[in-house]
Amino acid sequence: MDTDQLLIEIIQNGLPLVSHPYAAIGKQIGLTETEVIAKLNNLIETGVIKRFGIVVYHRKLGYQANAMVVWNIPDNEVDILGKKLGQFKFVTLCYRRSRHLPDWPYNLYCMIHGTDREVVLQKIDELIEQCYISQFPHQVLFSKRCFKQRGAIYYSTSND
Amino acid sequence: MDSIDRNIINNLQGNFPICEHPYAKVAEQLNITEKDLIQRIDKLLEQGILSRFGPMYHAERLGGGLTLAAMQVPEIDFETVTKQVNTFPEVAHNYARNHKLNMWFVIATEKPEQINIVIAEIEKQTGLHVYNMPKQTEYYLGFQLIV
Repeated sequence: MDTDQLLIEIIQNGLPLVSHPYAAIGKQIGLTETEVIAKLNNLIETGVIKRFGIVVYHRKLGYQANAMVVWNIPDNEVDILGKKLGQFKFVTLCYRRSRHLPDWPYNLYCMIHGTDREVVLQKIDELIEQCYISQFPHQVLFSKRCFKQRGAIYYSTSND
Repeated sequence: MDSIDRNIINNLQGNFPICEHPYAKVAEQLNITEKDLIQRIDKLLEQGILSRFGPMYHAERLGGGLTLAAMQVPEIDFETVTKQVNTFPEVAHNYARNHKLNMWFVIATEKPEQINIVIAEIEKQTGLHVYNMPKQTEYYLGFQLIV
């Protein structure tokens, strides 16, 4: 495993809560603080790290309702609409995914979080109205229970 | 949770500084001391309000595999299948949803080719079909919640 991978592995479970966290990480894998900082900046620039910060448990913050809204959008319009939907502040994720015909014709996915289902449904109406997409079939899949929520672990060596 | 905690949550869901004294830098912006910030993050993690603090990786650019999968699980078998699926270390999130496809989970693997192996194994163990819904385009991933 090269040092980039070591670094990725060592920080995937959390940044140390000490004054010099990058020095603390470096110490564990034989890198200087400056080297760790340079490597992390590089991982961010190249997009390997897409976000660096805190990850919240939305349910504990009062966001009880989480809806996955899926649309069946013609292939030649999906990119434009995907970008449009992603601009709404309450849309937290927006992806295009493979369809599974005939069972599952949907190809555009949005995540919307809200304090309760009513609030989320209102937001969905707002999306449909403002993006003029009422003609496209959609479904709202609310989550009933969350069984497991953790960050993905990519290097099994650091698994429990 | 007070207004300072809320401020921390609203400001730290991305762009955590990469410098020698990152906590001191953020603390200054939030008008609190470095020590106070560290203690508060620690407490929020302990309370489970924060699930993690650190990097979120782009699986594919890291050389890994990532996908969303769904299953149609008979209600009567739901608990059993949930246990079977969650036993896989590659399963990162798992949600019950109100649809015919009632179980939705994320699979993350070290190598892309392992995704299909994991799916085949889940199908074998549960006897159910797994719909693989890989991402084709990512339009937005801001994922920022305001409290």
